[in-house]
Amino acid sequence: MPRVCFTANLARQTAAPECVVAGDTVADTLAAVFESTPTLRGYVLDDQGALRKHVAVFIDGECIRDRISLTDSVRESSQIFVMQSLSGG
Amino acid sequence: MNTLLHVGTRKGLFLIERSAGKWRIVQISHAGVSVPMLLPDARDVTLYAAVEHGHFGTKLHASADDGATWEERAVPVYPPKAEGEEDIMDPMRQKPVPRTLEKIWALEAGGLGEPGVLWCGTIPGGLFKSADSGRSWEIVRSLWDNPARKKWFGGGADWPGIHSVCVDPRDSRHVTIAISCGGVWTTRDSGATWEVLGKGLVSDYMPPELAGQPESQDPHRIVACPAAPDCMWMQHHNGIFFSDDAGANWRRITEAGPSVFGFSVAVHPAEPHRAWFVPGVKDEMRIACDGAVCVTETRDAGKTFAVHHAGLPQEHAYHIAYRHCLDVADDGRTLAFGSTTGSLWVSEDIGESWQRISAELPPIYCVRFSKGR
Repeated sequence: MPRVCFTANLARQTAAPECVVAGDTVADTLAAVFESTPTLRGYVLDDQGALRKHVAVFIDGECIRDRISLTDSVRESSQIFVMQSLSGG
Repeated sequence: MNTLLHVGTRKGLFLIERSAGKWRIVQISHAGVSVPMLLPDARDVTLYAAVEHGHFGTKLHASADDGATWEERAVPVYPPKAEGEEDIMDPMRQKPVPRTLEKIWALEAGGLGEPGVLWCGTIPGGLFKSADSGRSWEIVRSLWDNPARKKWFGGGADWPGIHSVCVDPRDSRHVTIAISCGGVWTTRDSGATWEVLGKGLVSDYMPPELAGQPESQDPHRIVACPAAPDCMWMQHHNGIFFSDDAGANWRRITEAGPSVFGFSVAVHPAEPHRAWFVPGVKDEMRIACDGAVCVTETRDAGKTFAVHHAGLPQEHAYHIAYRHCLDVADDGRTLAFGSTTGSLWVSEDIGESWQRISAELPPIYCVRFSKGR
Protein backbone atom coordinates (compact mmCIF):
# COMPACT_ATOMS: atom_id res chain seq x y z
CA MET A 1 0.00 0.00 0.00
CA PRO A 2 1.21 3.58 -0.63
CA ARG A 3 3.16 5.35 2.09
CA VAL A 4 2.28 8.99 2.88
CA CYS A 5 4.74 11.40 4.54
CA PHE A 6 4.19 14.99 5.57
CA THR A 7 6.59 17.88 5.87
CA ALA A 8 7.97 18.20 9.38
CA ASN A 9 6.69 21.80 9.39
CA LEU A 10 3.17 20.44 9.58
CA ALA A 11 3.91 18.42 12.69
CA ARG A 12 4.64 21.69 14.49
CA GLN A 13 1.00 22.67 14.01
CA THR A 14 -1.01 19.45 14.11
CA ALA A 15 -0.60 15.68 14.19
CA ALA A 16 0.77 14.55 10.82
CA PRO A 17 2.24 11.08 11.24
CA GLU A 18 3.71 9.08 8.37
CA CYS A 19 1.27 6.33 7.45
CA VAL A 20 0.55 3.49 5.07
CA VAL A 21 -2.98 3.49 3.67
CA ALA A 22 -4.94 2.06 0.75
CA GLY A 23 -5.82 4.15 -2.28
CA ASP A 24 -5.71 4.28 -6.09
CA THR A 25 -5.60 8.06 -6.40
CA VAL A 26 -4.25 10.97 -4.36
CA ALA A 27 -7.83 11.77 -3.32
CA ASP A 28 -8.48 8.20 -2.05
CA THR A 29 -5.17 8.01 -0.27
CA LEU A 30 -5.46 11.35 1.50
CA ALA A 31 -9.07 10.61 2.45
CA ALA A 32 -7.88 7.42 4.12
CA VAL A 33 -5.22 9.39 6.01
CA PHE A 34 -7.73 12.00 7.18
CA GLU A 35 -10.01 9.31 8.60
CA SER A 36 -7.58 8.86 11.45
CA THR A 37 -6.36 12.48 11.59
CA PRO A 38 -9.39 14.62 10.65
CA THR A 39 -7.87 17.95 11.74
CA LEU A 40 -5.04 17.46 9.25
CA ARG A 41 -7.44 17.75 6.31
CA GLY A 42 -7.87 21.52 6.62
CA TYR A 43 -4.12 22.03 6.67
CA VAL A 44 -3.65 20.25 3.33
CA LEU A 45 -6.92 20.86 1.46
CA ASP A 46 -9.06 23.97 1.11
CA ASP A 47 -12.81 24.37 1.75
CA GLN A 48 -13.70 22.69 -1.55
CA GLY A 49 -11.28 19.78 -1.25
CA ALA A 50 -8.62 21.15 -3.60
CA LEU A 51 -4.97 21.20 -2.63
CA ARG A 52 -4.13 24.40 -0.77
CA LYS A 53 -2.50 27.03 -2.95
CA HIS A 54 0.88 26.77 -1.23
CA VAL A 55 0.96 23.03 -0.58
CA ALA A 56 2.55 20.58 -3.02
CA VAL A 57 2.20 16.80 -3.32
CA PHE A 58 4.82 14.55 -4.93
CA ILE A 59 4.25 10.95 -5.96
CA ASP A 60 7.51 9.04 -6.38
CA GLY A 61 9.36 12.28 -7.03
CA GLU A 62 6.85 13.78 -9.49
CA CYS A 63 4.61 16.73 -8.67
CA ILE A 64 0.91 15.87 -9.05
CA ARG A 65 -0.93 17.45 -11.99
CA ASP A 66 -4.52 17.60 -10.76
CA ARG A 67 -4.54 19.92 -7.77
CA ILE A 68 -8.35 20.37 -7.86
CA SER A 69 -9.82 16.87 -7.84
CA LEU A 70 -6.61 14.97 -6.90
CA THR A 71 -7.16 12.29 -9.56
CA ASP A 72 -3.47 11.43 -10.14
CA SER A 73 -2.93 7.67 -9.87
CA VAL A 74 -1.09 6.09 -7.00
CA ARG A 75 0.63 2.69 -7.22
CA GLU A 76 0.77 0.04 -4.54
CA SER A 77 4.43 0.86 -3.89
CA SER A 78 4.17 4.66 -4.20
CA GLN A 79 5.76 7.13 -1.82
CA ILE A 80 3.60 10.24 -1.45
CA PHE A 81 5.18 13.33 0.01
CA VAL A 82 3.08 16.31 1.16
CA MET A 83 5.22 19.41 1.41
CA GLN A 84 4.93 23.16 1.53
CA SER A 85 5.72 25.11 -1.59
CA LEU A 86 8.35 27.78 -1.31
CA SER A 87 5.62 30.25 -2.24
CA GLY A 88 3.32 31.51 0.48
CA GLY A 89 5.85 31.59 3.26
CA MET B 1 -8.58 41.38 37.65
CA ASN B 2 -6.17 43.38 35.54
CA THR B 3 -6.40 45.10 32.18
CA LEU B 4 -4.64 43.03 29.56
CA LEU B 5 -3.70 44.03 26.06
CA HIS B 6 -3.67 41.42 23.29
CA VAL B 7 -1.81 42.27 20.10
CA GLY B 8 -2.10 40.15 16.94
CA THR B 9 0.76 40.63 14.49
CA ARG B 10 2.28 39.30 11.30
CA LYS B 11 4.47 37.02 13.42
CA GLY B 12 2.52 36.01 16.49
CA LEU B 13 0.24 37.08 19.32
CA PHE B 14 1.63 39.19 22.14
CA LEU B 15 0.22 39.65 25.63
CA ILE B 16 0.98 42.97 27.29
CA GLU B 17 0.32 43.50 30.97
CA ARG B 18 0.66 46.48 33.29
CA SER B 19 2.64 45.72 36.38
CA ALA B 20 4.56 48.00 38.75
CA GLY B 21 3.40 50.99 36.72
CA LYS B 22 4.84 49.74 33.43
CA TRP B 23 3.35 47.97 30.42
CA ARG B 24 5.42 44.93 29.49
CA ILE B 25 5.26 42.17 26.92
CA VAL B 26 4.82 39.07 29.06
CA GLN B 27 3.97 36.33 26.58
CA ILE B 28 4.07 35.38 22.90
CA SER B 29 1.80 32.73 21.41
CA HIS B 30 1.79 31.28 17.89
CA ALA B 31 5.28 32.70 17.35
CA GLY B 32 6.15 33.19 13.71
CA VAL B 33 2.57 32.82 12.48
CA SER B 34 0.22 35.59 11.42
CA VAL B 35 -2.61 36.45 13.85
CA PRO B 36 -4.98 38.79 12.00
CA MET B 37 -7.90 38.69 14.42
CA LEU B 38 -8.61 38.25 18.12
CA LEU B 39 -11.61 38.08 20.39
CA PRO B 40 -11.38 38.24 24.16
CA ASP B 41 -14.89 36.97 25.00
CA ALA B 42 -15.87 38.64 28.28
CA ARG B 43 -18.79 36.25 28.79
CA ASP B 44 -16.63 33.26 29.65
CA VAL B 45 -13.15 34.78 29.55
CA THR B 46 -12.15 32.74 26.49
CA LEU B 47 -9.56 34.29 24.22
CA TYR B 48 -9.96 33.40 20.54
CA ALA B 49 -7.23 33.89 17.95
CA ALA B 50 -7.37 33.48 14.19
CA VAL B 51 -4.05 31.95 13.21
CA GLU B 52 -3.14 32.25 9.54
CA HIS B 53 -0.47 29.91 8.23
CA GLY B 54 1.15 30.96 4.99
CA HIS B 55 0.96 27.43 3.61
CA PHE B 56 -1.67 25.61 5.63
CA GLY B 57 -4.51 28.12 5.83
CA THR B 58 -6.40 29.87 8.58
CA LYS B 59 -7.16 28.13 11.87
CA LEU B 60 -9.04 29.20 14.99
CA HIS B 61 -7.62 28.62 18.44
CA ALA B 62 -9.17 29.23 21.86
CA SER B 63 -7.52 29.73 25.23
CA ALA B 64 -9.03 29.61 28.70
CA ASP B 65 -5.92 31.05 30.35
CA ASP B 66 -5.24 34.32 28.49
CA GLY B 67 -3.10 32.61 25.88
CA ALA B 68 -0.85 30.42 28.03
CA THR B 69 -2.31 27.28 26.42
CA TRP B 70 -4.47 26.83 23.30
CA GLU B 71 -6.95 24.39 21.83
CA GLU B 72 -7.74 24.31 18.12
CA ARG B 73 -11.39 24.92 17.22
CA ALA B 74 -13.13 24.72 13.84
CA VAL B 75 -12.91 27.32 11.10
CA PRO B 76 -15.73 28.50 8.86
CA VAL B 77 -16.01 26.44 5.66
CA TYR B 78 -17.66 27.87 2.55
CA PRO B 79 -20.48 25.87 0.98
CA PRO B 80 -19.79 24.11 -2.32
CA LYS B 81 -21.36 25.43 -5.49
CA ALA B 82 -24.74 23.79 -5.98
CA GLU B 83 -25.69 22.15 -9.29
CA GLY B 84 -26.60 24.94 -11.70
CA GLU B 85 -25.65 27.70 -9.30
CA GLU B 86 -23.88 30.64 -10.93
CA ASP B 87 -20.69 32.09 -9.58
CA ILE B 88 -20.82 35.57 -8.08
CA MET B 89 -18.36 37.71 -10.00
CA ASP B 90 -16.33 40.48 -8.40
CA PRO B 91 -17.60 43.38 -10.54
CA MET B 92 -14.25 45.20 -10.74
CA ARG B 93 -12.19 42.13 -11.69
CA GLN B 94 -14.83 40.02 -13.44
CA LYS B 95 -13.51 36.95 -11.69
CA PRO B 96 -15.61 34.55 -9.61
CA VAL B 97 -15.43 35.18 -5.89
CA PRO B 98 -13.83 32.01 -4.50
CA ARG B 99 -15.49 29.76 -1.96
CA THR B 100 -12.50 29.19 0.22
CA LEU B 101 -11.54 30.91 3.44
CA GLU B 102 -8.77 33.41 2.94
CA LYS B 103 -8.88 35.42 6.15
CA ILE B 104 -10.83 35.75 9.37
CA TRP B 105 -11.33 39.51 9.47
CA ALA B 106 -13.95 39.91 12.21
CA LEU B 107 -14.70 37.91 15.32
CA GLU B 108 -17.31 39.07 17.83
CA ALA B 109 -19.29 37.60 20.69
CA GLY B 110 -23.06 37.26 20.56
CA GLY B 111 -25.21 38.75 23.30
CA LEU B 112 -24.93 38.12 27.03
CA GLY B 113 -28.00 35.89 26.85
CA GLU B 114 -26.58 33.61 24.16
CA PRO B 115 -23.41 32.04 25.57
CA GLY B 116 -21.23 30.38 22.97
CA VAL B 117 -22.64 32.39 20.06
CA LEU B 118 -19.90 33.90 17.91
CA TRP B 119 -20.00 35.88 14.68
CA CYS B 120 -17.18 35.67 12.18
CA GLY B 121 -16.62 37.89 9.15
CA THR B 122 -14.27 36.70 6.45
CA ILE B 123 -12.53 37.37 3.19
CA PRO B 124 -14.02 36.55 0.74
CA GLY B 125 -17.26 38.18 1.87
CA GLY B 126 -18.68 35.53 4.21
CA LEU B 127 -20.52 35.93 7.49
CA PHE B 128 -20.54 32.84 9.70
CA LYS B 129 -22.20 32.07 13.01
CA SER B 130 -21.27 29.55 15.68
CA ALA B 131 -23.56 28.43 18.49
CA ASP B 132 -20.90 26.38 20.27
CA SER B 133 -17.90 28.63 20.89
CA GLY B 134 -16.34 28.01 17.50
CA ARG B 135 -16.54 24.22 17.52
CA SER B 136 -18.71 24.41 14.40
CA TRP B 137 -19.81 27.18 12.05
CA GLU B 138 -22.62 27.86 9.61
CA ILE B 139 -22.54 30.40 6.84
CA VAL B 140 -25.31 32.99 7.02
CA ARG B 141 -26.98 31.97 3.76
CA SER B 142 -29.40 34.89 3.69
CA LEU B 143 -26.44 37.21 3.16
CA TRP B 144 -24.31 34.87 1.02
CA ASP B 145 -27.27 34.32 -1.33
CA ASN B 146 -28.33 37.98 -1.40
CA PRO B 147 -28.24 39.15 -5.04
CA ALA B 148 -26.79 42.50 -3.92
CA ARG B 149 -23.54 40.64 -3.21
CA LYS B 150 -22.82 40.99 -6.93
CA LYS B 151 -22.07 44.66 -6.23
CA TRP B 152 -19.43 43.93 -3.57
CA PHE B 153 -15.78 44.10 -4.52
CA GLY B 154 -12.36 43.91 -2.92
CA GLY B 155 -10.88 46.98 -1.28
CA GLY B 156 -7.25 46.57 -0.32
CA ALA B 157 -7.69 42.80 -0.41
CA ASP B 158 -8.46 41.04 -3.68
CA TRP B 159 -11.97 40.04 -2.56
CA PRO B 160 -14.67 41.74 -0.49
CA GLY B 161 -14.29 41.23 3.24
CA ILE B 162 -16.48 41.59 6.33
CA HIS B 163 -14.41 43.34 8.97
CA SER B 164 -16.87 44.83 11.47
CA VAL B 165 -19.69 43.10 13.36
CA CYS B 166 -21.64 45.16 15.90
CA VAL B 167 -24.01 43.16 18.13
CA ASP B 168 -26.61 45.40 19.78
CA PRO B 169 -26.26 44.95 23.57
CA ARG B 170 -29.98 45.75 23.97
CA ASP B 171 -31.10 43.07 21.52
CA SER B 172 -28.61 40.53 20.23
CA ARG B 173 -30.85 39.72 17.25
CA HIS B 174 -29.90 43.15 15.92
CA VAL B 175 -26.49 42.85 14.27
CA THR B 176 -24.86 45.40 11.97
CA ILE B 177 -21.88 44.56 9.79
CA ALA B 178 -19.58 46.47 7.47
CA ILE B 179 -17.88 45.26 4.31
CA SER B 180 -14.92 46.53 2.28
CA CYS B 181 -16.36 47.10 -0.22
CA GLY B 182 -20.01 46.28 0.26
CA GLY B 183 -21.43 48.89 2.61
CA VAL B 184 -23.27 48.48 5.90
CA TRP B 185 -25.86 45.77 6.43
CA THR B 186 -28.15 45.08 9.35
CA THR B 187 -30.38 42.28 10.57
CA ARG B 188 -32.99 42.49 13.31
CA ASP B 189 -33.80 38.78 13.30
CA SER B 190 -30.44 37.14 14.05
CA GLY B 191 -29.47 37.00 10.39
CA ALA B 192 -32.64 35.63 8.78
CA THR B 193 -33.11 38.83 6.74
CA TRP B 194 -30.81 41.74 5.91
CA GLU B 195 -31.19 45.35 4.88
CA VAL B 196 -28.48 47.55 3.43
CA LEU B 197 -28.03 50.86 5.24
CA GLY B 198 -26.07 53.99 4.56
CA LYS B 199 -27.96 57.11 3.53
CA GLY B 200 -25.44 59.92 3.41
CA LEU B 201 -22.37 57.78 2.70
CA VAL B 202 -20.34 58.94 -0.29
CA SER B 203 -17.71 57.07 -2.31
CA ASP B 204 -15.52 59.53 -4.14
CA TYR B 205 -13.78 56.63 -5.94
CA MET B 206 -16.95 55.58 -7.80
CA PRO B 207 -18.36 57.19 -10.93
CA PRO B 208 -20.36 60.25 -9.75
CA GLU B 209 -23.74 58.68 -10.47
CA LEU B 210 -22.87 55.72 -8.21
CA ALA B 211 -21.16 57.66 -5.41
CA GLY B 212 -24.13 57.26 -3.07
CA GLN B 213 -24.85 53.62 -3.89
CA PRO B 214 -24.92 51.90 -0.48
CA GLU B 215 -23.59 48.51 -1.67
CA SER B 216 -20.34 49.92 -3.05
CA GLN B 217 -19.31 51.91 0.00
CA ASP B 218 -15.97 51.17 1.63
CA PRO B 219 -16.40 51.54 5.37
CA HIS B 220 -12.91 50.78 6.67
CA ARG B 221 -14.29 50.19 10.16
CA ILE B 222 -17.49 50.80 12.12
CA VAL B 223 -17.98 50.78 15.89
CA ALA B 224 -21.06 51.36 18.06
CA CYS B 225 -21.02 52.97 21.49
CA PRO B 226 -21.76 50.23 24.08
CA ALA B 227 -23.82 52.64 26.23
CA ALA B 228 -25.74 54.11 23.28
CA PRO B 229 -25.55 51.58 20.43
CA ASP B 230 -27.56 53.70 18.00
CA CYS B 231 -24.54 56.00 17.87
CA MET B 232 -22.09 54.57 15.36
CA TRP B 233 -18.80 55.87 14.05
CA MET B 234 -17.29 54.99 10.72
CA GLN B 235 -13.83 55.50 9.31
CA HIS B 236 -14.63 55.33 5.62
CA HIS B 237 -12.30 55.25 2.64
CA ASN B 238 -13.41 58.81 1.94
CA GLY B 239 -13.57 60.25 5.42
CA ILE B 240 -15.29 60.04 8.78
CA PHE B 241 -19.04 59.52 9.19
CA PHE B 242 -21.32 59.54 12.25
CA SER B 243 -24.79 58.04 12.69
CA ASP B 244 -27.14 58.46 15.64
CA ASP B 245 -29.86 56.19 14.26
CA ALA B 246 -28.10 52.80 14.14
CA GLY B 247 -26.57 53.34 10.74
CA ALA B 248 -29.64 54.38 8.76
CA ASN B 249 -28.35 57.91 8.13
CA TRP B 250 -24.77 59.13 8.22
CA ARG B 251 -23.33 62.61 8.55
CA ARG B 252 -20.05 63.25 6.75
CA ILE B 253 -17.33 64.98 8.75
CA THR B 254 -15.00 66.92 6.53
CA GLU B 255 -12.63 68.53 9.05
CA ALA B 256 -10.79 66.37 11.59
CA GLY B 257 -7.32 67.73 12.23
CA PRO B 258 -4.68 66.91 9.63
CA SER B 259 -6.78 64.43 7.65
CA VAL B 260 -10.07 62.54 7.60
CA PHE B 261 -8.42 59.47 6.02
CA GLY B 262 -7.51 56.42 8.05
CA PHE B 263 -8.56 52.88 8.84
CA SER B 264 -9.36 52.63 12.54
CA VAL B 265 -11.82 54.22 14.93
CA ALA B 266 -12.62 53.69 18.61
CA VAL B 267 -15.63 55.08 20.47
CA HIS B 268 -15.75 55.86 24.18
CA PRO B 269 -17.69 53.12 26.00
CA ALA B 270 -19.99 55.58 27.79
CA GLU B 271 -19.83 58.82 25.76
CA PRO B 272 -21.24 58.22 22.27
CA HIS B 273 -20.08 61.57 20.89
CA ARG B 274 -16.45 60.88 21.82
CA ALA B 275 -14.26 58.95 19.37
CA TRP B 276 -10.63 58.59 18.33
CA PHE B 277 -8.93 58.11 14.96
CA VAL B 278 -5.38 57.57 13.70
CA PRO B 279 -5.17 59.58 10.47
CA GLY B 280 -3.07 59.04 7.37
CA VAL B 281 -2.64 61.42 4.45
CA LYS B 282 -5.14 59.96 2.00
CA ASP B 283 -6.10 56.81 0.15
CA GLU B 284 -3.26 57.08 -2.35
CA MET B 285 -0.74 58.19 0.29
CA ARG B 286 -1.03 55.76 3.16
CA ILE B 287 1.47 57.28 5.55
CA ALA B 288 1.23 59.53 8.61
CA CYS B 289 0.60 63.20 7.81
CA ASP B 290 3.87 65.17 7.46
CA GLY B 291 5.81 62.22 8.88
CA ALA B 292 4.26 62.94 12.31
CA VAL B 293 2.03 60.40 14.03
CA CYS B 294 -1.05 61.72 15.81
CA VAL B 295 -4.37 60.62 17.25
CA THR B 296 -7.42 62.78 16.63
CA GLU B 297 -10.29 62.98 19.08
CA THR B 298 -13.75 64.46 18.99
CA ARG B 299 -15.96 64.91 22.05
CA ASP B 300 -18.86 66.59 20.30
CA ALA B 301 -19.90 64.13 17.60
CA GLY B 302 -17.42 65.48 15.10
CA LYS B 303 -18.05 69.22 15.32
CA THR B 304 -14.50 69.80 16.59
CA PHE B 305 -11.37 67.66 16.87
CA ALA B 306 -8.35 67.75 19.15
CA VAL B 307 -5.05 66.52 17.74
CA HIS B 308 -2.85 64.58 20.16
CA HIS B 309 0.90 64.34 19.48
CA ALA B 310 2.38 63.90 22.97
CA GLY B 311 4.56 60.82 23.15
CA LEU B 312 4.18 60.03 19.43
CA PRO B 313 7.07 60.35 16.93
CA GLN B 314 7.00 63.65 15.06
CA GLU B 315 9.81 63.30 12.52
CA HIS B 316 10.13 60.85 9.66
CA ALA B 317 7.50 58.54 11.13
CA TYR B 318 5.37 56.73 8.56
CA HIS B 319 3.17 54.56 10.73
CA ILE B 320 -0.34 53.57 9.71
CA ALA B 321 -2.80 51.89 12.07
CA TYR B 322 -4.88 49.24 10.32
CA ARG B 323 -8.63 48.95 10.93
CA HIS B 324 -8.51 46.69 13.99
CA CYS B 325 -5.49 48.33 15.57
CA LEU B 326 -7.03 50.97 17.86
CA ASP B 327 -8.94 50.03 21.00
CA VAL B 328 -10.23 51.62 24.18
CA ALA B 329 -10.57 49.68 27.43
CA ASP B 330 -13.83 49.48 29.36
CA ASP B 331 -12.56 52.15 31.78
CA GLY B 332 -12.79 54.73 28.98
CA ARG B 333 -9.34 56.06 29.95
CA THR B 334 -6.88 53.50 28.59
CA LEU B 335 -6.31 53.32 24.85
CA ALA B 336 -3.85 51.50 22.65
CA PHE B 337 -2.92 51.44 19.00
CA GLY B 338 -0.40 49.53 16.92
CA SER B 339 1.18 50.29 13.58
CA THR B 340 2.11 48.61 10.35
CA THR B 341 5.75 49.21 11.25
CA GLY B 342 5.52 47.39 14.56
CA SER B 343 5.17 50.14 17.13
CA LEU B 344 2.66 49.82 19.94
CA TRP B 345 1.48 52.78 22.02
CA VAL B 346 -0.70 53.03 25.12
CA SER B 347 -2.43 56.09 26.58
CA GLU B 348 -3.61 56.21 30.18
CA ASP B 349 -5.17 59.67 29.98
CA ILE B 350 -8.00 59.25 27.47
CA GLY B 351 -5.75 59.62 24.46
CA GLU B 352 -4.02 62.90 25.32
CA SER B 353 -0.53 61.46 25.73
CA TRP B 354 1.04 58.19 24.67
CA GLN B 355 3.90 55.91 25.67
CA ARG B 356 5.54 53.52 23.23
CA ILE B 357 5.51 49.98 24.60
CA SER B 358 7.62 48.61 21.76
CA ALA B 359 9.01 49.71 18.42
CA GLU B 360 10.22 46.21 17.61
CA LEU B 361 7.05 44.23 17.02
CA PRO B 362 6.11 42.70 13.68
CA PRO B 363 3.46 44.58 11.63
CA ILE B 364 0.41 44.87 13.89
CA TYR B 365 -3.00 43.63 12.71
CA CYS B 366 -5.24 43.64 15.79
CA VAL B 367 -5.21 45.30 19.22
CA ARG B 368 -7.77 44.39 21.89
CA PHE B 369 -8.10 44.98 25.61
CA SER B 370 -9.57 42.45 28.00
CA LYS B 371 -10.03 42.15 31.72
CA GLY B 372 -8.39 38.74 31.70
CA ARG B 373 -9.23 35.95 34.09
